[in-house]
Order: sequence, then C-alpha cells, then structure tokens
Amino acid sequence: MPDYDIVVIGAGPAGLAAAVRAAESGSRVAMVDDNPHPGGQIWRAAVGKASAEAARWIQSAEQHGVEWIAGARVFAAPAAKRIAVEQFDGELELGYRSLILATGARERFLPFPGWTLPNVMGAGGLQALAKSGLPVAGKKIVIAGSGPLLLAVAKYMKEHGADVRLIAEQAKRSALLGFGLRLASHPGKLMQAVGLRAALFGIPYLTSCWPVEAGGRDRLEAVTLQRGGKTWTERCDYLACGFGLVPNTELAELLGCRITSGGVEVDEQQRTSITKVYSAGEATGIGGLELALVEGEIAGFAAAGASARARALFAARDRYRRFAAALELAFAPREELKALPREETLVCRCEDVTMGRVRACSGWREAKLHTRCGMGPCQGRVCGGAVEFLFGWKPESVRPPVFPARIESLTRTEPRG
Amino acid sequence: MTDTVHLSVNGVSVTVPAGAMVSTAVALTGVARFRRSVSGEPRTPLCGMGICFECRVSINGREHCRSCQVLCENGMEVATDA
Repeated sequence: MPDYDIVVIGAGPAGLAAAVRAAESGSRVAMVDDNPHPGGQIWRAAVGKASAEAARWIQSAEQHGVEWIAGARVFAAPAAKRIAVEQFDGELELGYRSLILATGARERFLPFPGWTLPNVMGAGGLQALAKSGLPVAGKKIVIAGSGPLLLAVAKYMKEHGADVRLIAEQAKRSALLGFGLRLASHPGKLMQAVGLRAALFGIPYLTSCWPVEAGGRDRLEAVTLQRGGKTWTERCDYLACGFGLVPNTELAELLGCRITSGGVEVDEQQRTSITKVYSAGEATGIGGLELALVEGEIAGFAAAGASARARALFAARDRYRRFAAALELAFAPREELKALPREETLVCRCEDVTMGRVRACSGWREAKLHTRCGMGPCQGRVCGGAVEFLFGWKPESVRPPVFPARIESLTRTEPRG
Repeated sequence: MTDTVHLSVNGVSVTVPAGAMVSTAVALTGVARFRRSVSGEPRTPLCGMGICFECRVSINGREHCRSCQVLCENGMEVATDA
C-alpha cells in the first residue's frame, strides 16, 4: 500500500499547480521541496511577504489536503515507487502510485576570469539573498548575463534602494527586437515587459555586452565589461550574473526518464518515458511561469486520471510553448562567450579545476576521472551547464545519491530489489 | 510571533528578520568568506537556491550545511570555515 496516490517533487508554480489539480480530483497528494517554504524560485517570498498569486495556489493546496514536506531533498530511489528524502534532522521514505517531477531550473553560469571571487553571484542568487533580508540599499550592483530574469532582478534591486549601474545583456538588440514583436501576440507578457521597462527607468540596458573579468583583492571590487570591441571597468559591490536557465533533470535521469536537449521528455499528458512518472514546468524545458502553471495543471489532472480536464488545457500550453521557443532563440548564448575563460580560470568550483585541464580532456568521463571536474558536492550542477556550452559534452549517467547525503541516511535506505 | 531572530556567527551575535536564511545572517556579519575552496580560495554564495554548495557552513556543530536553505532560529550557532 503506497503512502500517497501522488508525490509531487518541487513546490514552485508547476508543482503547486500539479498538486492542487491532483488533490481536487480526489487523489491523496504529498508535495516535497528542498526549500522551507512553497513557491519555488520565481515565487520566493521576501521575508514577511508572499505574492498574491503564489498565496492563492498555496492556500488552495492546503484546502485540498495536500501534505507539505518542507526542507526535504530527494537523494535516492531505493525501490520501485519509493523515493528517499533527507531533511535537516533525519530522513524518510515515501511510497507513491504516481510521481510528478516539477524540479524546476537553475541559472546557467559561464566561467570568466574572477567569477569565483566573493560577491560575484547569480542574478537570481543575489535576489534570493536580498529577499532573505540582505540589505542592498546603496550598494553598487552590475547585472549581467542573459534573459528576462536580469530585468526582474534589476527592478527588485532598484526598488530596494540599490545603485544598479547597468544591465549587460549578451544577446543582440536585433534578436530582442524580434522577440519584442512576438510579445505582441501575448498581451500579458507585453504588459510585464512594459512594466519592467518603466521600473528600470534610468538603468542603462546594454545589449551585445558582457563581463570579461571580475577583479578585486579578497572580494569583488570592479567588473570589466566589453561591448562592440570596447572594454571598460565599472566599480561595484556585487556582480549578479546568470546566462539564462537550465532545467534540473538529475532526478528524472536517476529514475531512467528519457532526456532531450531541452529537458525531460514528456508526451501530451506530461508523461515521461517511465510509466507513472510525470514531469512539468522548467524541468521539461525553459518556458516561464505561465507555461509551468499550465503544464503542472495538466500533469496533476492526468496523474489523477482526469484526462479530459487535462486535454482542455492543451491549447493554452501550445500558445505558451511558442512563446518559450521565441524566448530561447532570442537569448541564446553567443559563441564569443566560449572565449571568456583563460587557461587558469576555474571551470569546476567544487574541485577547483581549471579551463586548461578540462580542455585537455576528450569528454566528460575523462574530465571526471582525470581532473575530478563535476565530482564535488554540486555534482556538476554548476559546471555541467558550462561544460555543455563550452565543449558540447552531455552529462553522463546519474548515480545515487543525486544529492550529497549523510552516511546515516544512506545506510538506512539501502537499495532493494 | 517575534519579528526578529537572534543567533551567533563565529561567536558574534547577529539579529535578523524572522524568516531570514542563515546565509543572510552570515553575510550581515561581513565575514570575508563562507568557506575555503579545495585550493584555499575564499568563497561566498553563488546560486542562492541550494545547488552550488558554495555557502556551506557549520550549523549547531553540523558541518557542510547549505546556509541558503536553512532558516535562522533563535540561539543557532553558525561557524564559517576559519
């Protein structure tokens, strides 16, 4: 007898929507997330505040009896239809009939000289710290990399009193204009874009611009940027830098789900290649909030057997997927970024492996065996996206534990037949 | 419910808003690093969402905790890599 009809991994928009729709269709649902609060990254609440849209979904999950398992990371699948999760002070196993993977995405980090210096952070990374109470008022911040997240982070920082020096967007202006035209067919998105522009008033938004070096003695003091063959140095307290997003597919890989170049492969009912395992949201391909919500709803309905209600949402999903495709095209990282790391620049921050040592290898396997690149605690979550972009190497097989776990957790959840 | 939480980082007491993560408390003390890398470089948080492991600290004696994923609690004792 399983503990739950459906276990949802991830409590961002896709996971919340899946859990709510499955529970209202009569299933007994548990929702697991590594974070202490539901909402995921995009709905990460500033201390004491939650967005109204997030609050509606969270309240609905509570009303429908979704069991919330917080601060819990999945590290293994010890037996069929069972997963093992670790919390701060213990571990537990959960049994399920169906599993919905809504594991979201992480920022893509690309190495450049100085990127390991203290106070060089992800764009979302700095925002998360600020939302958790780090004061940014009066701090000089350069925001760099690629994608709509840079605008959202700039808006947040400005509203909280930061001195945002500029936004360096690597994409070409022409690519973004093409994207802007496509926005016209998505009025909601257009309003968001207009709202962001208004909030950014006064912050330079430089396209075809990217950081070439972060400098400082013990921590970041300045960043050197380049645009159109010209380089200059900008003094700052923080560099918030992320080159778009990459899907979190490790858990799906551990379960044997087929992965495509864009993320976890799913069919029209959000089913993965493994029976009774569904996936929704950014894990299946970067697509933004609205797509994550509708995919989550479809997965929740489908997993609960309400396939007609799932089907009613296919048209909306198609519309958002077209938008996602345009987004990917507009903000694709340009070739020149591959030339940023020098021979001595670190690629793997866990094991301090340089570009020169990784470049000398023929592929991921050799890099892991000879340099330990990707073998540290993050298990390639940071360098993996960079290595794929720099050398075209795809990640190899995933083995448990998919997250570093305590010895006692591992011994209590030995693999069983 | 109180609005603030008191904890210590490397023996120094810190007050943070309730709901703040340990990473914020550490950053507020102005320490030069959260951890040292395997080759001795100073490191501070990168991702802020629990995947990069750069923000590892010891919390109440337990080592290698990701400070960005743990809520501050009254009386918590946090230590960064010396």
